[in-house]
Amino acid sequence: MSTLAVREAAPAAGTTPGTTQGPGWRRRIALVPTLTLLLGAVYTLLPVAWVVIASTKSGHELFSTFTFLPGTGFTGNLRDLDAYRDGVYWTWMGNSALYAGIGALLSTAVSAFSGYALATYRFKGRETMFNVLLAGVLMPPVILAIPQYLLLAEAGLTDSYLSVLMPQILSPYGVYLARIYAAAAVPDDVVEAGRMDGASEWRIFTRIALPMMVPGMVTVFLFQFVAIWNNFLLPFIMLSDDEKFPLTLGLYTLLEQGSNTPALYTLVITGAFLAVLPLIVLFLVVQRFWSLDLLSGAVKS
Amino acid sequence: MPHTKRRRLVTTAVAVSLGATALTACGAGDDGKAESGPVSLTYWTWTPGMDKVVDLWNQGPGKKARITVTVKKQASGDTLITKILTAHKAKKAPDLVQAEYQALPTLVSNDALADISDQVGDVEGKFAEGVWQQTTLGTDAVYAVPQDIGPMMFYYREDLFRRYGLKVPTTWEQFAETARLLKKKAPDKDLTTFSANDSGLFAGLAQQAGAKWWATSGDRWKVGIDDDATRKVAAFWGGLVKEGVIDNQPMYTPSWNKALDTGRQIAWVSAVWAPGTLTTAAPDTKGKWAMAPLPQWSAEQDVTGSWGGSSTAVTTDSAHKEAAAEFAAWLNTDHEALNALAKEGGIYPASTSAQLSGAFSDPPAYFANQPDFYTKAADIAKTTAPSAWGPDVNVAYTSFKDAFGAAAKNKSDFAAALKKMQDDTVADMKKQGFGVAR
Repeated sequence: MSTLAVREAAPAAGTTPGTTQGPGWRRRIALVPTLTLLLGAVYTLLPVAWVVIASTKSGHELFSTFTFLPGTGFTGNLRDLDAYRDGVYWTWMGNSALYAGIGALLSTAVSAFSGYALATYRFKGRETMFNVLLAGVLMPPVILAIPQYLLLAEAGLTDSYLSVLMPQILSPYGVYLARIYAAAAVPDDVVEAGRMDGASEWRIFTRIALPMMVPGMVTVFLFQFVAIWNNFLLPFIMLSDDEKFPLTLGLYTLLEQGSNTPALYTLVITGAFLAVLPLIVLFLVVQRFWSLDLLSGAVKS
Repeated sequence: MPHTKRRRLVTTAVAVSLGATALTACGAGDDGKAESGPVSLTYWTWTPGMDKVVDLWNQGPGKKARITVTVKKQASGDTLITKILTAHKAKKAPDLVQAEYQALPTLVSNDALADISDQVGDVEGKFAEGVWQQTTLGTDAVYAVPQDIGPMMFYYREDLFRRYGLKVPTTWEQFAETARLLKKKAPDKDLTTFSANDSGLFAGLAQQAGAKWWATSGDRWKVGIDDDATRKVAAFWGGLVKEGVIDNQPMYTPSWNKALDTGRQIAWVSAVWAPGTLTTAAPDTKGKWAMAPLPQWSAEQDVTGSWGGSSTAVTTDSAHKEAAAEFAAWLNTDHEALNALAKEGGIYPASTSAQLSGAFSDPPAYFANQPDFYTKAADIAKTTAPSAWGPDVNVAYTSFKDAFGAAAKNKSDFAAALKKMQDDTVADMKKQGFGVAR
């Protein structure tokens, strides 16, 4: 009983003054969502914790010591990973960065253009076009990989960097998001005002609309970056030269080495751990753009 | 020359549709006049260190013949077959591919593999009959050159067998007795486990018992997964699981590794490549294991199954089939190449003369306590039963994993699981348009 009292008293210290606390019942309701969220956090963070801890274990310790007991092999694992086939891992990391970085940038640009156009201009077939795009959102990219391969094979582009980049530039979801965001963030009045002042359409887009769309475009960029970074099937089908592989594919070849060679678990785990780091860094760096709502309040009604 | 070309056309036409064959023949015609200029070939393989082996070719015989091979390392498994077939659909498959024996019929029935009997027919004598037969699919054609094999063996903890007074079983009946005896003496231990997560194991066991899962009669396939031999194997393992004298947990999991490493499981029915797996799975028990032939179904028999193994094949998309076949023959029969393959890729060669040479004079480090490991292995390899693969092994394998995985977990009827495996396989073949005889 006493522990319960302490637990209730502790968070009460930080509550906003002015709200009178009933003796308990409001608190107890908040317990349920808090627990649910905690549970969710544990559920999502546990595998990450596993990867972090497992990457510190040497091959010898990996399956023989307690799961959440850190091992002693992290530097050894890093050295092995670095030495594996003359550091091909770093080539894969570079490839992933290239595919995801350039792919996401181009995809964001295309999304911004088309989203803005769909939101601002009224033209014939606009809704049809948008509906087709919506259907594209529902279409899982997985089932498109093989047709895309056959198309690019016709063009003689398979097993090239372009073959992985090109199909990912047009993201229906990105266009959809950009349209929704542009419709909400760029008021027609502002565009109209720009036209009155004699600005060209290009200038209105780049100087007025685009800055207003930045938070939405950052979201599109991040979504697309993560999607490409994690993509497996498209590069798997397109690429055969393992010097062009992204991380996902490279690590897969370490796992599937045929029946007479054991999977290189420690290398894969360490490799997977390192592969998450750039994503975390990217999120931390780009996050601040989300709250940056440059021109919110440009129009007063 | 035109004569041989026509003959090849006829032989391939047996297995493949006519339109595609005509295309193949045209392709072969383009480079008909042997190789004059330099040729460059691409090779999809998953064997680690293959690039180093191929370097030997590129700097040696390949340089002389002006044939350069480039390795493109791939991930092994069914996914690679899908990838090869997708590439083949676009006529962009590489010149050479590594393929497991059970995948060959799938690739051949999709017209992805070229008949290289004219180029590699003379190396047949270097391989055991049961191994070579897998690359011909029972026709006059040759679709691949055998690379490595996985003859099955029985691995056990020598020290623990001694401690519990167990004898190494030579028949499956003794194997069951050994399992029961161990359970009595040490209830917390298991002789081994029945695992349903690698279908190759069960296929190999059925092969040992004499099963022929696929056969052709006339122009129709006959599927014999639910035959007497396989039923016997399924009933045997199902009985042991139900009785509770062996474990029913899958292999290759962390807890399986732990069970091997701590001696909770003291034996493993596996293949010649087991030392590699044990090195990572059970590092603490190095030097405590020993290898023996697989238990037999009757005392007078001496036969084993195979689990794993692969071959080198030339694709129909290759513009330089003869050069590719020449390389495939060199890779899998040349002394130097096979030694390098064993050293770099850890493979156990299919070529019989290589099984006792160079790299195989010493036992694997994990089995330092058994100096005659590879001599024994070569003897066992000779007893490998012939195997018969069909065009949808992947479907049968998936069905096995699902049906037997559930049956092992629930300790339920293995016969029903086998029936389901047969039905799924037949249904898929019919769906794919193969004629299936009942």
